[in-house]
Amino acid sequence: MASSVALFVPCYVDQFFPHVAIAALTVLERLGIKADVPEGAACCGQPAANAGFAREGHSTIARFVDVYAPYERIIVLSGSCAVHVKQHAGEVAAHGRKVDTAGAGVAERTTELCAFLHDVVGVDRISGLAATYSGRVAVHIGCHALRGLGLARPSELQVGPFDKVRALLGAVRGLEFADLARPDECCGFGGTFAVGEPAVSTKMGRDKLRDATTHGAQAVVSTDMSCLMHLDGLARRERMGLPMYHVAEVLAGTAGAR
Amino acid sequence: MTQRSFELPVVGAGKRVDHAAAAEAFNADVARTDWHDASLWFVREKRDRAASAVPDWEALRERASTIKEHALTHLDVYLMQFEENATRNGMQVHWARDADEHNRIVHRILAAADARKLVKSKSMLTEECGLNPYLEERGIEVVDTDLGERIVQLRGEGPSHIVMPAIHLRKEEVGETFHDKLGTPAGMADPNALAGAAREHLRKRFLAADCTLTGINFAIAETGGFVVCTNEGNADLGMALAPIHIASVGIEKIIPRVEDLGVFLRLLARSATGQAVTAYSTHIHGPRPGQALHVVLVDNGRTRQLAREEFWRSLKCIRCGACMNTCPIYRRSGGHSYGSTVPGPIGSVLTPGLDLDRYASLPFASTLCGSCTAVCPVKIDLDAQLFRWRQHVVESGKVSLVKQVAIGGSTAVLDRPRLFRVAGALVRFGLRLLPEPLARRAAGAWGRTREAPVPPRESFRAWYRKHRGGST
Repeated sequence: MASSVALFVPCYVDQFFPHVAIAALTVLERLGIKADVPEGAACCGQPAANAGFAREGHSTIARFVDVYAPYERIIVLSGSCAVHVKQHAGEVAAHGRKVDTAGAGVAERTTELCAFLHDVVGVDRISGLAATYSGRVAVHIGCHALRGLGLARPSELQVGPFDKVRALLGAVRGLEFADLARPDECCGFGGTFAVGEPAVSTKMGRDKLRDATTHGAQAVVSTDMSCLMHLDGLARRERMGLPMYHVAEVLAGTAGAR
Repeated sequence: MTQRSFELPVVGAGKRVDHAAAAEAFNADVARTDWHDASLWFVREKRDRAASAVPDWEALRERASTIKEHALTHLDVYLMQFEENATRNGMQVHWARDADEHNRIVHRILAAADARKLVKSKSMLTEECGLNPYLEERGIEVVDTDLGERIVQLRGEGPSHIVMPAIHLRKEEVGETFHDKLGTPAGMADPNALAGAAREHLRKRFLAADCTLTGINFAIAETGGFVVCTNEGNADLGMALAPIHIASVGIEKIIPRVEDLGVFLRLLARSATGQAVTAYSTHIHGPRPGQALHVVLVDNGRTRQLAREEFWRSLKCIRCGACMNTCPIYRRSGGHSYGSTVPGPIGSVLTPGLDLDRYASLPFASTLCGSCTAVCPVKIDLDAQLFRWRQHVVESGKVSLVKQVAIGGSTAVLDRPRLFRVAGALVRFGLRLLPEPLARRAAGAWGRTREAPVPPRESFRAWYRKHRGGST
């Protein structure tokens, strides 16, 4: 084992957004963190489980546990996948596989990229990256990253305000935030919801884009490429000229480079 | 009397609720969808302001959840205690196993007193039981006296929201309904004038009523009393005037002690409408002199839900409607799209327990964003329960993903092979379960309004092997 840290690149990021995974790896490397991207587990099983096929998806998450069990820390490049692993990897133990005892441990040691950068690395060292970005962005924290991982205070909860994603992006010189009317409204992707309920999914996405542009956003920055795949698909169809970036791209200084 | 339609928008064969299709029909009118969404979001924001004004709001939610979980896990004890104390207070307590038994009990009480005119305050339980059509078929005049309920009753519709039953209607539409049914001037759309007309119309019904029926928000085991919360005072007027009062209540509405009440009264109105408290919170501890007071305790599937390890916590619900107001899907699809008395997230976890086949699409009418769980005053884990119902829907074979995906299917992009290939791959990659034709339909649902991601030259894995020499 070359490293105690692993980066999990979800299936759709691997296939459609390789530049985001490269940016994440770059950021980690610049911070002096050597992360492996082990082969053998392309998916965490969340899409199947959320569609009602958790039983069929079980072998997928069991494989995930197998592959990532040796690592001390597992950084997931998606809030949604990270929540799924944290909530369901422990269930692997119930099925008498050889990785039984590893399931709960993997769940415990799994985190999401922004959570890792904020909680473990710290904003000071992120500032040391000296990333720059010129423009006003709408920040979209995926719902699972927000409410499942606690990356920011959800607007429903009456607790003190905090926002780890904006704290990270605040270390980027030149970057300004657009203040949305509904900063934590769901974008409407929702996995199979996007194709199972296309009318509402589309409406939610369009409303999110309208909220961003009417508040001066020139780009959308998110923790989750799944949200952005949906929002970008809508924005490009309507020729809005609104680019979408993962937080990792902004921190790596590659946002806008494409 | 207009016959009510309980067959709300259901598309396709049989009686299955097809939420996606109903939602698509709702969304055909974009301006209306925007208006509906904004109306409910306004209430959600009002709720946020009210909640933020209460110190330790989160502790209050936790307390409420704990009390409800205790009550539900000792329901046998508290129900018997309530019956004993309520009886001592001069109430007549009835037990109804299901909707039909509830309706028969109510009708028997009315028939025994030769009562022909019933005024009702808001009661989602009687909606659930289909009481109005049952009584109307037996010659009883039933008048809903909550303004929103009366509006939808006059229109022959069901409520679209449990707290704001007519939230799907604009004031102009209410004006048209009142013009048709109550003879108000054509084109009258001033809310005060409409409310005045309704008050005039309802007052006559209150004065003529032989019997009033109310719901119950909280039944207190310790005292055998109960509390009815309204904003319009309509329940109070009914109770003050009618010689017979019937109060129908689901058995999950029991709370153990008087001192628990304050926890719930502080949460209920703030969560529901952003008010500090409902205009009327009326405590009933016995009949007026000369009045007969009946309480009907209704099961109708609740003990079955209570026995479900994964779903019994849904019975903690105090029917505030906050999960509807916050739900981005409810706001953009309307309450009728759920085809269920209780719509929105809580409806989607309660109703499948009554008829999984009919309501199989409801657990999928969610992105699992979790806003409902975070807003719920009694901390029901709604998104987790929606997730679990999905597993049951699939395991029981009621509605396969195949159908789920096919619902949104469109053939519009079938002649665009590249889009299909990419979007199809997108779905297939995460979800290898889809047979080819279904992936095709899913691609259609994606591509109707969205571009597919532009496929890169190489995957990350290919790049990684090249530049980092693989791993492990």
